[in-house]
Amino acid sequence: MSDVLKIVDLHVSIGDKEILRGVNLSMTEGETHALMGPNGSGKSTLGLAIMGHPNYNCTQGEILLNGENILELEPNERARAGIFMAFQRPVAIPGVKMADFLRHATTNVRNPERKEGEDLIPMREFRKEIKANMEQLQMDSEFARRYVNDGFSGGEMKRAEILQLAMLQPKFAILDETDSGLDADAVRLASQSINEIGHNKMGLLIITHHDKLLEHNPPNFTHVILGGRIVETGGKELAEELHAHGYDRIRKQYPEAAKVNDESEAEAEAVV
Amino acid sequence: MTPTTLTEKMQLTFTDEGFAAFLETLNEPEWLTEIRKSAWERFKELPWPSNRDEEWMRTDIRLFHLEKFFIPSARGEVVSGTPVLADGVELVGSAASCDGVATGASQFDSAMADKGVIFGAISELLEEHGELIRKHLFQVVDGLADRFAALHQATWTSGIFLYVPRNVCVENPIHTFSTMTDGGSDFTHTLIVLEEGAEATVLAESNNANDAVGLHCGAIEIVVGDRGNLRYVNLQDWSQKVWHFAHQRAVIGQDSNLQWTVGALGSRLAKVNQHVSLKGKRGNCQVNGVMFTENKQHLSYHTLQHHEKPDCTSDFLYKGALQDQSRTVWRGMIKVDVEAQQTDGYQRNDNLLLSSKARADSIPGLEIEADDVRCTHGSTSGRVDEELIFYAQCRGFTRKEAIRAIVTGFFQQVFDRVTIESVREALALAISRRVRDYE
Repeated sequence: MSDVLKIVDLHVSIGDKEILRGVNLSMTEGETHALMGPNGSGKSTLGLAIMGHPNYNCTQGEILLNGENILELEPNERARAGIFMAFQRPVAIPGVKMADFLRHATTNVRNPERKEGEDLIPMREFRKEIKANMEQLQMDSEFARRYVNDGFSGGEMKRAEILQLAMLQPKFAILDETDSGLDADAVRLASQSINEIGHNKMGLLIITHHDKLLEHNPPNFTHVILGGRIVETGGKELAEELHAHGYDRIRKQYPEAAKVNDESEAEAEAVV
Repeated sequence: MTPTTLTEKMQLTFTDEGFAAFLETLNEPEWLTEIRKSAWERFKELPWPSNRDEEWMRTDIRLFHLEKFFIPSARGEVVSGTPVLADGVELVGSAASCDGVATGASQFDSAMADKGVIFGAISELLEEHGELIRKHLFQVVDGLADRFAALHQATWTSGIFLYVPRNVCVENPIHTFSTMTDGGSDFTHTLIVLEEGAEATVLAESNNANDAVGLHCGAIEIVVGDRGNLRYVNLQDWSQKVWHFAHQRAVIGQDSNLQWTVGALGSRLAKVNQHVSLKGKRGNCQVNGVMFTENKQHLSYHTLQHHEKPDCTSDFLYKGALQDQSRTVWRGMIKVDVEAQQTDGYQRNDNLLLSSKARADSIPGLEIEADDVRCTHGSTSGRVDEELIFYAQCRGFTRKEAIRAIVTGFFQQVFDRVTIESVREALALAISRRVRDYE
């Protein structure tokens, strides 16, 4: 049976500010979903809530993986259950080498029952695998010896996230603007890599502003999020419409959600 | 002659009678006895440091009682201890002590001795090399600086002397190890002299059994001649019931290099003065400090990088992680004399607070009299960033594994500067063993 990730009436707050106001979304393994929406609509929040970020408080609703609610699970337990997120702006972990980090990560995700201190996957096997993946992503071998995201350029960061996707082979992956901040060639490479690694295999939830990523990974579904709710769901033609014409029609059609969105965006700007 | 082995009953107290009896056990030349005697008088005159002294205002020693300890002497059974720095390292020489008494003869490669290198216990070398020792002993540290310094100068035992003549390179490291029995004292003195163009590596470490009470009151004196090159590693990992007081100073010459790595992990309370004087042009000193504290430990390190001549560089980096209710004090000073133009001085202290009850005081300072210098300093103290923990958790790390990786990475930036593999490994292992659950 195919794996299913189902989000039911999810409400998420940061502090006392509600960001998601009842999100419903169901993904099956092998499907690609595009999640689109203007700034402040809650796209990244949804991703971080699925991963279990401690600051994102789920006040109502459920996230079900194959029917089991994962809301009580720690982020690492969710990762080991097969959920992955490629971060829009991944943090640096100075002093920790990419290779060491990934070897540990890969071991834990592949052996969800592993206890702390137990053996990591054999070095030889791991090296071979990471090397192949890095070649595919046109990454220099020196990359594995660098510290996690430390001093990486925007493009290197995104590639490092895709490398982790390739190594961890999750059931479901949220890709949060994995194509942003890249030049045209890098976008094409990222899009092709994601296609080879995950398209039609994993369940992909792609958050993007660009069309290239979706050209290479045509979505089965496109969801439009506005003011913390999914206001419309369609096929890939909906993504194409939004790329061509923006969100004006959506805003007009869902004025209440648009109003909520504008307020939260204004608030976010005020904080900055 | 080696000191007489004393039984428990004959333990000598830090009194006039005890000191006189202690001198009786030594067979030292007059000049050295005089050094001890004058220091003993100074010790008696000086008060214990108090919180009114700038250096001691954050370090409370009211619970320290010297009368609970004895002048260093063999206290029955010798403890072998567990050195870690020399694992897998081919050594050229080694020496060990317990309670300030040498345990067995020091080992030293005869090929090195043939080149004129001298290494061993000061007491063993006095007869043959008295004048050479006299020239340097207590010439680098100020043995009368405070009451602990004077106490050390009066009653030190188990001194280690390394002398490397002109243009001789001692390629493999020398290892020294000190340990203590429960209730013991360690007043080890280290004297290292590298002549012009000489090179050496010294790995020094001290530890004792968990929960063993003890007192370390020590001093380190280092002289690096012109074009000399010394790598010195000092790993302090006493039990958390040991009082640790030390004055350490290096004097380095023209075009010389000193890499000094400090691991400060142990002791109940430590108060250390580390001082490097750059006394020749283009001298270069790098200090790498790693501190890790837990429970109620209190570690207070005071560093001084003193630029006395032009065109020198000094680079001091101390990183600390604090667990439980532990506390660190780091007070750094770059002093640049009027003559020392084109100085490049750097000091940095970063602290990672692993508990809300831990506290790190970081006090960098500059005192610059020259007008064409580049001196930078900085310090940071903060909790482990939750965003980093979350990111690693998203990659399958448990919270504990994430913290361990982040803390190890934090120190990796110091380890990257350390050029001796066994030292990097020993420090990394000691730290990863200590990291517990994060509150």
